[in-house]
Amino acid sequence: MVQRHFVPKADCEYTKADFQSDQMVKWCPGCGDHAILASLLNTFPKTGHKKENILMVSGIGCSSRIPYYVDTYGFHSIHGRACAIATGAKLANPALSVWVNMGDGDSMAIGGNHLIHAVRRNQDLNITIFNNEIYGLTKGQYSPTTKFGQITKTSPFGTIDYPFNPGELVMGAQGTFFARALDCVPNLTTDIMTRAALHDGTSVVEVLQNCMIFNDKAHAAISDRAVRDDRTIVLENGKPMIFGKERNRGLRFNGRCLEAVTIGENGITMDDIMIHDETTEDTGIHMMLARMSGDLPVALGVIRNVKKVSYSQLYEDQMDECRANGKYKCVDDLLNSGDTWEV
Amino acid sequence: MSDKITQKDDLVVRFAGDSGDGMQLSGTLFSDASALTGNDIATFPDYPAEIRAPHNTIAGVSGYQVHVGNHIYSSGDKCDILVAMNPASFKSNLKWAKKGATVIVDVDTFTDEAMQKAGYTDNPFTDEFERDYAIIKAPITSFTERIGKEQGADKKVADRCRNMFALGIIFYMTHKTLDQTFAYLERKFAKKQEVVKLNKAVLTEGYEYADKLEVIHSKIVEVAHAQMPKGRYRNITGNVATAWGLLAASERSGRQLFLGSYPITPATDVMVELAKHKALGAKVFQAEDEIAGICSAIGASYAGALACTSTSGPGLSLKSEALGLAVMTELPLVVIDVQRGGPSTGLPTKTEQSDLNQALYGRNGEAPLIVVAASSSANCFYWAYNAAKLAIEHMTPVILLTDGYLGNGSQLFRIPKVADLPPITPRLAKPNDPNYRPFRRDPETFAREWALPGMEGLFHRVGGLEKCPDGPLSTDPENHALMCKNRQEKVDRVANYIPDQEVTGNPDGDLLVVGWGGTSGALTLAVEELNNEGKKVAYTHFNYICPLPKNTGDILRKYKKIVVCELNNGQFAGYLRTKFPECPMHQYNKIMGLPFEVGELKDCFTKILGE
Repeated sequence: MVQRHFVPKADCEYTKADFQSDQMVKWCPGCGDHAILASLLNTFPKTGHKKENILMVSGIGCSSRIPYYVDTYGFHSIHGRACAIATGAKLANPALSVWVNMGDGDSMAIGGNHLIHAVRRNQDLNITIFNNEIYGLTKGQYSPTTKFGQITKTSPFGTIDYPFNPGELVMGAQGTFFARALDCVPNLTTDIMTRAALHDGTSVVEVLQNCMIFNDKAHAAISDRAVRDDRTIVLENGKPMIFGKERNRGLRFNGRCLEAVTIGENGITMDDIMIHDETTEDTGIHMMLARMSGDLPVALGVIRNVKKVSYSQLYEDQMDECRANGKYKCVDDLLNSGDTWEV
Repeated sequence: MSDKITQKDDLVVRFAGDSGDGMQLSGTLFSDASALTGNDIATFPDYPAEIRAPHNTIAGVSGYQVHVGNHIYSSGDKCDILVAMNPASFKSNLKWAKKGATVIVDVDTFTDEAMQKAGYTDNPFTDEFERDYAIIKAPITSFTERIGKEQGADKKVADRCRNMFALGIIFYMTHKTLDQTFAYLERKFAKKQEVVKLNKAVLTEGYEYADKLEVIHSKIVEVAHAQMPKGRYRNITGNVATAWGLLAASERSGRQLFLGSYPITPATDVMVELAKHKALGAKVFQAEDEIAGICSAIGASYAGALACTSTSGPGLSLKSEALGLAVMTELPLVVIDVQRGGPSTGLPTKTEQSDLNQALYGRNGEAPLIVVAASSSANCFYWAYNAAKLAIEHMTPVILLTDGYLGNGSQLFRIPKVADLPPITPRLAKPNDPNYRPFRRDPETFAREWALPGMEGLFHRVGGLEKCPDGPLSTDPENHALMCKNRQEKVDRVANYIPDQEVTGNPDGDLLVVGWGGTSGALTLAVEELNNEGKKVAYTHFNYICPLPKNTGDILRKYKKIVVCELNNGQFAGYLRTKFPECPMHQYNKIMGLPFEVGELKDCFTKILGE
């Protein structure tokens, strides 16, 4: 099967400014969304996609305001349904580069069903989940990713809901691309988003985002500059899984699970450190990487990126085949098919 | 064959059996053969929600009624011939047989056990029964199994052909040949010649069995051929007609057809039919749920497709929020609601007109949209086409109400040429138009322009939040009032583009019968019969529900007595009363999951006329 590219390439070079809209950005000062928007605006020129063909679809929530701040086509839809709306738009016109932006509540609570099915189908959508582990626009209720036990307005005695890990959800739904970014590391976010855009199939990028007002420092334990290098690992395909301020920490698979080790201690050498392979079809290691927390560094970068024919291509191939071989060339043929008679 | 053949204007045959007995197929084959030999037809499948309820129980009975003759408006009240393949179907369907009807039973199935399962404690063929009906106790199972054995077929395979034996008897009784059905079998089982052979043999055996049966010879009828306008005809169900109407609208408008749907009885066949036609450009998306069905359609509409979603009552409830989004974004969208008995899961396989209020009002906020209703299985084609035309030309969602009776029922359809259908002109924006504004309106229709992603120089954003006419968000009080009024005005102005409401029957009648949607067959016949009997009855049937035709009030105000008839508890009557409070109205309502019968309507109208 020949891979088809449906989205037309731009005939000029764009800059970030080409995608900035004239609308006033109304997020709270200091909100992580500003950085994500900047990363996204930097991403578009890198994808080389024609600007007219870019469609931003969002649901409801703070992050879902993003279509107003990007000078492309945009659809700010209803709560939870962005994936479904994007699916229809992309199906109707595969030449569109379709971006879906949602928060954690939008994508995994009210829109959870649409998210897993979009991922399962592997249609060519670029999904970004802004994960701040709280409902911000409704002012501070716990979300499906809020940490267990956290006190919020609707969990005054601590949540007793076990949270979702978006990566596990995506891989459980047979996702072909999953990456994780940090709002405060915008260059990494742009790199990841660019790769997500070029991935043929559904890509999901989880951006750990800070809501200063209702869940400040939710990711501080890993994102603060003082601890970031030791508490996160940026995965790079084909490279050893190294992290730490001193770049002397690494991940090793001990036959049962992943463990963080120090190179040069207890006889550990570089040969013991795992090499990241984002392309393995089996989700086992990717699932473990996506799940890392606590003693293990939180994985950033592209965790999973496997090839699988996209729904967009399967659909268009089937359409072409039917058009070429179909019995009916126009509706009149159909109306007059089968048993008919003249009066 | 006997030389004594009774000529009749019309005939109603009802096939009833266990849900695995192939009654829907027998009915379809009989109606197809009748249509092909020049009869007008209407059919009504009456099947249970269970795919295979326990064998031989009342719950598992599946029926299919066929009305053939000259001028056929409905599937008929009661039948002239009843085929009952087991005791349960006999018990539950006898009430649908006219006094004096011929009742054909598979006598082999009337075992003690099966009769007990059906709830009989005594012999059902009492003297009284045998006085009222002409009973033919045919040994269908044993004959069929014998033929199966002769051909070396498995008993199970042979049993599946029992319906052919019954059909053979019916063909004999209606003075028809087996040719059409032979041709069907050869087509259908082209790769299974042994199945073709067996079915043909059983069908022939049934036919010959009837020929040998003296009692049948006095029962042979030949049904009058239909006097129909010249043209090419075919048999079509309402759901297929709906699907084809959308295909035609797509071709005529030049817009990609997109259907985003989720399986739901009795609407699924619209999706099933369209899924076959990728060659004609139909993109069908089976969504993960009803909400994704309509949302994918809204996305497709934004991208420039003729976007549709098909569903039934509970599914429409799930789509409510997204319908509001389609109203707000002013995108064309066709929503097909094949109504069934409600509320909630209700009666999934039975017909009703009880989604009218939901279609009219079932959204938050001021959310007007167009509501139209088809009134026959065949005209589902035109109403689907028309719904698409209205949606595209007026930039608004349109709800098309059909129902289980229309959707599953079939009728003769005079095949049109697509080029003869009214043109559909999408209101596409011009690329790089410096004056493009997302909510700039046509001064006549108030419709906005359709600017599609991919077009140059028309970047804009739509969504569920209130916007100002230029496009950006606005919470300004005056703007909201203006936008609400403009959206209403746009729908109201559709009345300028639809034909006047017509009155049929006797327009100078003493009583105006009002109907809407899928009930026109029975209502037309009831009114016609009463007028033939010397009464004076006028009749008006609504397809345009919102907005109503402009002359609706003028018509209603002309009559002293009005009766609004519908298969619900009075929703259209209530709607008309809010619009025309000066007009007193009677109601005739039926909420039994069944279509109207002509008899009950005539009784009702006669009573009102006498008051």
